[in-house]
Amino acid sequence: MFPRARLAVGLQRRIVLAPRHNSVQAPLVARRLISNSSCTNAQHSHRHQLDELSSAIDERKSHAAHLRPREFDEKGNELNPYRNGPSALDKAVHLFFFTEIIRGMWIVLEQFFRPPYTIMYPFEKGPLSPRFRGEHALRRYPSGEERCIACKLCEAICPAQAITIESEARLDGSRKTTKYDIDMTKCIYCGFCQEACPVDAIVETQNQEFSTETREELLYNKEKLLANGDRAEAEIAANLHSDHVYR
Amino acid sequence: MNISNLLTNLNSLLFNILDVLSILLPVLLSVAFMTIIERKQLAAHQRRIGPNTVGYYGVLQPFADALKLILKETIIPSQSNKIIFYLAPVSTLVFSLLGWAVIPFGQGIVISDLTLGVLYTLALSSLGVYGILLAGWSANSKYAFLGSLRSTAAMISYELILSSAILIIILLTGSLNYITIIEIQQAIWFIVPLLPVFIFYFIAVLAETSRTPFDLQEAESELVAGFFTEHSSVPFVFFFLGEYSSIVLFSCITAIFFLGGYNIPEIFINETIINVQAIVLGFKTCIFTFFFVWFRATLPRLRYDQLIELCWLNLLPVAVAFIILIPSILITFEISPY
Repeated sequence: MFPRARLAVGLQRRIVLAPRHNSVQAPLVARRLISNSSCTNAQHSHRHQLDELSSAIDERKSHAAHLRPREFDEKGNELNPYRNGPSALDKAVHLFFFTEIIRGMWIVLEQFFRPPYTIMYPFEKGPLSPRFRGEHALRRYPSGEERCIACKLCEAICPAQAITIESEARLDGSRKTTKYDIDMTKCIYCGFCQEACPVDAIVETQNQEFSTETREELLYNKEKLLANGDRAEAEIAANLHSDHVYR
Repeated sequence: MNISNLLTNLNSLLFNILDVLSILLPVLLSVAFMTIIERKQLAAHQRRIGPNTVGYYGVLQPFADALKLILKETIIPSQSNKIIFYLAPVSTLVFSLLGWAVIPFGQGIVISDLTLGVLYTLALSSLGVYGILLAGWSANSKYAFLGSLRSTAAMISYELILSSAILIIILLTGSLNYITIIEIQQAIWFIVPLLPVFIFYFIAVLAETSRTPFDLQEAESELVAGFFTEHSSVPFVFFFLGEYSSIVLFSCITAIFFLGGYNIPEIFINETIINVQAIVLGFKTCIFTFFFVWFRATLPRLRYDQLIELCWLNLLPVAVAFIILIPSILITFEISPY
């Protein structure tokens, strides 16, 4: 389960169950190579003069060279089944001096003296991507005219069916929405409405702090969405601009 | 009996109570702060901040926690044995607090300077098992019962290792009295000659106080909360206090056994109004409480069979070997204290 715990509990069983086949033996040797323990160093008193990156691979190769072939006596019994593993002394040293536990404890102690990663959320905030999908907003043209042309593409694509739109022709002949509702409790913030919109009218702003005390407040209507757009227009425009090359 | 005799008795009783209170209140405070220390230190090990809202740096957090727990509803399972259900947490707390009676905080600052102080401590730590056993049994819940069985088996097993390690110290000092043990360490702290003993002593202490990696009696992920699954509100607070009190107590005892208790090099001893000795003991205790939390931050929980195997097959032979080795050395070089 836990190598450290097992180390503390004892290795006698592993010493007895020494590898009998090469297939069993291979992972055992490979695992030992990864460790920087002293028993690896003991076998390689000649350290290779190589940079750190390639040294691990190289050490592995050199270990393969050290693997001794299996030898049998005349009866077919293996002479020394333990020829390639760590010596009993190595294992005993690791066991009795708690080397692995001490290494682990040293790492934990190092972390103790390092600064925490915590971001004190309401007071400090992490960076948000310009593509962040938060609260919805309806945008206007600089003239003050609403962008939305009531094409209902967003309503059609919405996988949660959170958007409800009703529309009619205005006196000047342009088609405008009379009702644009988003049920924010249904919305899954997938951003499909923003992608579907041909005129960049419905967008998701970076605002994620719009929790309310009642459910009704989360049923957004057109006024609320337009107000959101008016409030965050500069931010929305900047985010869309920063992202336009990728669209 | 005349009236003046009665008054004298009453007077001495009052002073006894004051004596006890003057130890008990700081101990309970230190236990409260142990909880915040643990949370803060664990947070630091995990690169978090930890509680920091209640009071400056979160120092008042334990009191907020205690208040919250006390204000909660006490739920008693209808199938439980009510008397024992209440008795268990009380006995746990009382037994762990009683251990402070023999701790010397400085020269002459001790409630009762028992000749057999070490034996008293060992007896109390054995009695601590009863609280756990009674809690698990009286709750009449299989989770609590399983937790208490695990706990009891582990504590009884590690009691052996702990007693063996302490026996070695008794062999070296030739005394069961805490003050003698401390005075003898003026030459050298026992942690230097007895480092291997200290290692398995501390492992046993971790298991005795049921801390990680041996905290599987309250393994959150497996047993809900171990033997106090059914205890809520004030009974739970009692268990909590008892647990942390035994952590602080064992840290203190470890400091006395291995770091020379209130001993400091002679040059630092002064006759000012501040009791340097008590502060030194407190500092040494803090080192070991740090160790407790450090181990908790590092080690994963052992499996139950590993726990028992470690005790009986690995630690016990080592302990017995040291019990043979140390007197052999004492006799060979004729430095036995007897």
